[in-house]
Amino acid sequence: MGHLIEIFISSILNNNIALTFILGMCPLIAISTTVKNAKGMGLAVIFVVTITAIINYPIYSLLKATGTTQLNLLVFIITIAATVQFLEMFLEKFIPKMYNAFGIFLPLITVNCVVLAVSLFFVNREYTFAETVSFSFGSAVGWFVAIVLLAGIREKMAKKSDVPKGLAGKGIAFIILGILSLAFIGFTGLASIQ
Amino acid sequence: MNVYVPIIIVGVLVVITLLLILADKLIGSSGEKVLTVNKDTKIPVTDDDTLLNTLSKEKIFIPSACGGKATCGLCKVKVVEGGGEVKPTEEPFLNDRERQEGVRLSCQVKVRDNIEIDIPKELLFAKEYKTEVVEMKELTYDINLVRLKLIEPDTMEFKPGQYAQLKVPGIEVIRAYSIASNPKETDHIEFIIRMVPKGKATTYVHKALEVGDNVIVTGPYGDFYLQEDSNKDMICIAGGSGKAPIRSILHYLRDRGMPRKVKYFFGARSKKDLYYTEEFEELAKEFPNFEYIPALSDPQPEDDWDGEVGLITDVVDRLTGDLSDSEAYLCGSPGMIDACNVVLEKHNLPEQQCFYDKFS
Repeated sequence: MGHLIEIFISSILNNNIALTFILGMCPLIAISTTVKNAKGMGLAVIFVVTITAIINYPIYSLLKATGTTQLNLLVFIITIAATVQFLEMFLEKFIPKMYNAFGIFLPLITVNCVVLAVSLFFVNREYTFAETVSFSFGSAVGWFVAIVLLAGIREKMAKKSDVPKGLAGKGIAFIILGILSLAFIGFTGLASIQ
Repeated sequence: MNVYVPIIIVGVLVVITLLLILADKLIGSSGEKVLTVNKDTKIPVTDDDTLLNTLSKEKIFIPSACGGKATCGLCKVKVVEGGGEVKPTEEPFLNDRERQEGVRLSCQVKVRDNIEIDIPKELLFAKEYKTEVVEMKELTYDINLVRLKLIEPDTMEFKPGQYAQLKVPGIEVIRAYSIASNPKETDHIEFIIRMVPKGKATTYVHKALEVGDNVIVTGPYGDFYLQEDSNKDMICIAGGSGKAPIRSILHYLRDRGMPRKVKYFFGARSKKDLYYTEEFEELAKEFPNFEYIPALSDPQPEDDWDGEVGLITDVVDRLTGDLSDSEAYLCGSPGMIDACNVVLEKHNLPEQQCFYDKFS
């Protein structure tokens, strides 16, 4: 159990998928203008990443058993696309406001590298099922933390700071991300991901 | 090769497709909604399709050139209630005023709840027609007359001055052209189409279209048409292929014995740009009420031209008196119309008696 918690903590802090692996940058930059939307996007990613990892694990076991592991990329992508499709239907029906706020980025979760990366990482690191769940959930929470942190800073800066015109918007967002990333390096050695 | 490879690929695809279909059945459709068009027509809708598709199923054809991909920006409708917020895909096509009025791209609005829209009345009468080209005539070196026989449905009721849309097969380009024929003749329509260099639709019409070809036309559209109840004097000004709607209007008036005094100015560069001159001169001979004034801005020496010379605006300025009790009908390029409006205003034409159709 302690091992699982360690993986969980590690994937949020010192192995944060957004700030140390620099993955999932596209929605991270685009949806981080307000904290509200960032939370929504983060929750959607948590949902998709965790569910797809949980579905992909037994599928990968099947691939291993049949000796067709070369198909993993293809099969993972199909599962991810289907999960996103399902999420889209769900949001469209029950939370249309959020569906509209996401706009084009909801279908784009399909190509958010975080989702595929988590599935590929559990293969590389030869995790057990429990470890996979802990890792995928942790990574997604890590991404959620990153986008909400970034959005919080951006929202405040938009109101209070006098950002030079050339840097305003996405430019300053990249610099904030870099500083955040540096800050997260401070967690190095805190917990082991293996 | 491992036999499991195809089995797994196909298996995963089939299972996921089935699951998605199941999910769609369970949470996809959300009961019956009501689509209200122009306050009076209520259409029950059961699926979650886009507004554009829902309306076309109800035989209401909103102009659209891209087929629902949010790239042409033609399918604008005014959404009075419902429809959600403007989507990022629509942003580039809407200006501030349209946003305030609730204008949306109908291909991007899904009918998920009750929704109320306002569309121009004439769109309700617009239909999609299958037609056959029965005549192609060269009017000038760059202007062609295209005569279409309506096949399915076989008649179109239109007001003189309105336009229809021609669909270019294969590349899904849609262009609007004024109807040049007599509104009495409901089973045929005619377009006067000028070749635009590099224009997709005009190149198709001029280079590829032949007698016997089938084309799809939708219409009629447009709020530029003859005010049939009025009996004010008329001044018509056209340039280039702008003769088309005026010709339709004049056909209509001729059939009624030219009850109104009409002055028709046509501006062209040189004699080779003039067409239908005899037709209109004969009309002028027949009815003293009608006057045809072609004007050339740049007559060539070989033209042997003894008519009016100068820019159409100058000619109109010179030959018209007070217009406070007249109606004006203008057709041509936006530049020509703007210039004419200035001149007409100078002659006291009230704004609400000025009708125009900008070709762009």
